[in-house]
Amino acid sequence: MSQLSAAAPKNRVRVTRSDLIFDICVYIVLGIFALIVAYPLYFVVTASISDPVAINSGQTLLLPKGINLDTYRAIFNEKRIWTGYRNTIIYTVLGTALSLFCKIPAGYALSRNDLPGAGIIMKLMVFTMYFSGGLIPTYLVVKGLGLVNQPAVMVILGCVSVYDIIITRSFFVSNIPQEMLEAAHLDGCTNLRFFTSIVIPLSGAIIAVIALYSAVGYWNGFFNALIYLSKQEYFPLQLIIRDLLLVSQTMASSTDGDPHAVQAALRLAETMKYGIIIVCSVPMLVLYPFIQKFFVKGVMIGGIKG
Amino acid sequence: MKQAAPAILVGKKQNPTVKLLKRNWDLYLLLLPALAYIIILHYIPLYGVQIAFRDYNPWDGITGSPWVGLENFKRFFSSAQFWSLLGNTMALSVYSLIASFPIPIIFALLLNQCASKKFGKVTQMISYMPHFISVVVLVGIINVMFQARGGLVNILLAQLFGFKDPVLFLSHSKYFRHLYVWSGIWQNTGWSSIIYIASLSSVSPEIHEAAIVDGASKLQRIRYVDFPSILPTAVILFIMNMGKFLSVGFEKVYLMQNDANLQVSEIISTYTYKIGILSAQYSYSSAVGLFNNVINFTLLVVVNRISGKITGSSLW
Repeated sequence: MSQLSAAAPKNRVRVTRSDLIFDICVYIVLGIFALIVAYPLYFVVTASISDPVAINSGQTLLLPKGINLDTYRAIFNEKRIWTGYRNTIIYTVLGTALSLFCKIPAGYALSRNDLPGAGIIMKLMVFTMYFSGGLIPTYLVVKGLGLVNQPAVMVILGCVSVYDIIITRSFFVSNIPQEMLEAAHLDGCTNLRFFTSIVIPLSGAIIAVIALYSAVGYWNGFFNALIYLSKQEYFPLQLIIRDLLLVSQTMASSTDGDPHAVQAALRLAETMKYGIIIVCSVPMLVLYPFIQKFFVKGVMIGGIKG
Repeated sequence: MKQAAPAILVGKKQNPTVKLLKRNWDLYLLLLPALAYIIILHYIPLYGVQIAFRDYNPWDGITGSPWVGLENFKRFFSSAQFWSLLGNTMALSVYSLIASFPIPIIFALLLNQCASKKFGKVTQMISYMPHFISVVVLVGIINVMFQARGGLVNILLAQLFGFKDPVLFLSHSKYFRHLYVWSGIWQNTGWSSIIYIASLSSVSPEIHEAAIVDGASKLQRIRYVDFPSILPTAVILFIMNMGKFLSVGFEKVYLMQNDANLQVSEIISTYTYKIGILSAQYSYSSAVGLFNNVINFTLLVVVNRISGKITGSSLW
């Protein structure tokens, strides 16, 4: 978190009136901004444990009211969520492993200036960031590989991201000194050996960054499941919660403007939406304080080049 | 790929490329998984995009199906939806490009000037929290926040501004674009600002001190010191965004769609999905997708060239 600059000089000469006003404005604007970002999330949390009637009448704006865990009880009884959870965990773990296996070695190989063709390969890769065959041609390839409706598709698709390879490459360019490689070559060390026993131990930071980027991608991924899976037993969490949130949404919109015709079951379905949002964001919310610095680091490394 | 290396440099004894190939052949093994993926899942589809010019049927395969030339494109251009799809896509992307581009810059400039470091850090950490929320959950949050009954926004409107009837944000097409764009800003401002904050922190403190000695106010320092220092980064990011001009993210729009807002929320990518995957018109869908990609790519190249000429910063 070193990105907060030392712009404010330590020995400030004299605070002028306009600067003071400016400072106050900065605090106010930033404070409002933080509130706008954080408050909806907070509201979701309090609403998920509150009484539906209290939510609707606006009594849960600051603190939960009529605290109960009916929502969570209902969610725990919803089997689909747990199947989705299990599937997502499997896809995320395997997918992250596969991602690392593809991205880190590729980033290293491309970081070497003595690899013939590295420049062209890099260009070919970057080109795919800006031009793709499109949905259907890709779909036909995946279908041709026999991956449609196979859980493997959720692991394989997305395991290579050119952006991540670029980040990895920049990391290696600036962190693995050329002399080290030359010394290793003199000792008769092969490139593979150099990579596994010298480069890997030195690249904990980039491995963490790429692993987290990949894991978040797999955890939040929804598109591939929508396109390639139709068997419910393979659905990841995101697809399941889309069904749950959308189903309750149609219920909500059918009662738009008609607040009297509401039954208790419907009320529960309403608060369940808050609960579902919480339940499937929990891993992220718990891990967030610990992992956010790695994400920032990734942006920094990526920002240097490309 | 190996022939790709410059072969002009004919060495005296041994071609240096050959020498490098001999020594470094094993590096290609490290590249192999990623390269295989790129070839199979990016370049083979690029080859398969020819079905946009054919009348594809599964039993004849990609290369066996009959050519139809530009028939699929003509059908798209003359279809009733063409202008509304293009208009909707452009409206969403221009609106979100214009609205979401300056805000992270302003946020970074303010954060950089924030006198209390701790306050700044906490604000920053809160600001990029929503970035990690999945699209599905984000749309879920939009729905619960803006629903007519029990939605936070309508509660606030009623309690603070005395609105009698709830505003039907979700079932009214005129709110769709605002919801789409501003929820995106809510989600991504903090994250997009990281890169600007990083380049601001590389501004040497002496420049600021010199400016203070010269009597520059904070506002003037932002204008003449901070702002120029992040301009190159901003230009690069702007170019990259331009390249995505017509590729409005499919997921969020698709998830936000409902019958009430379909007339403004049907965009090229959701249309491609519906005609391609749901109604299996492979060739036609590929043509629509290809049209979209070609426009994007052309725009990227043009904007990049213009920017390279004017500002000296470009992507390649």
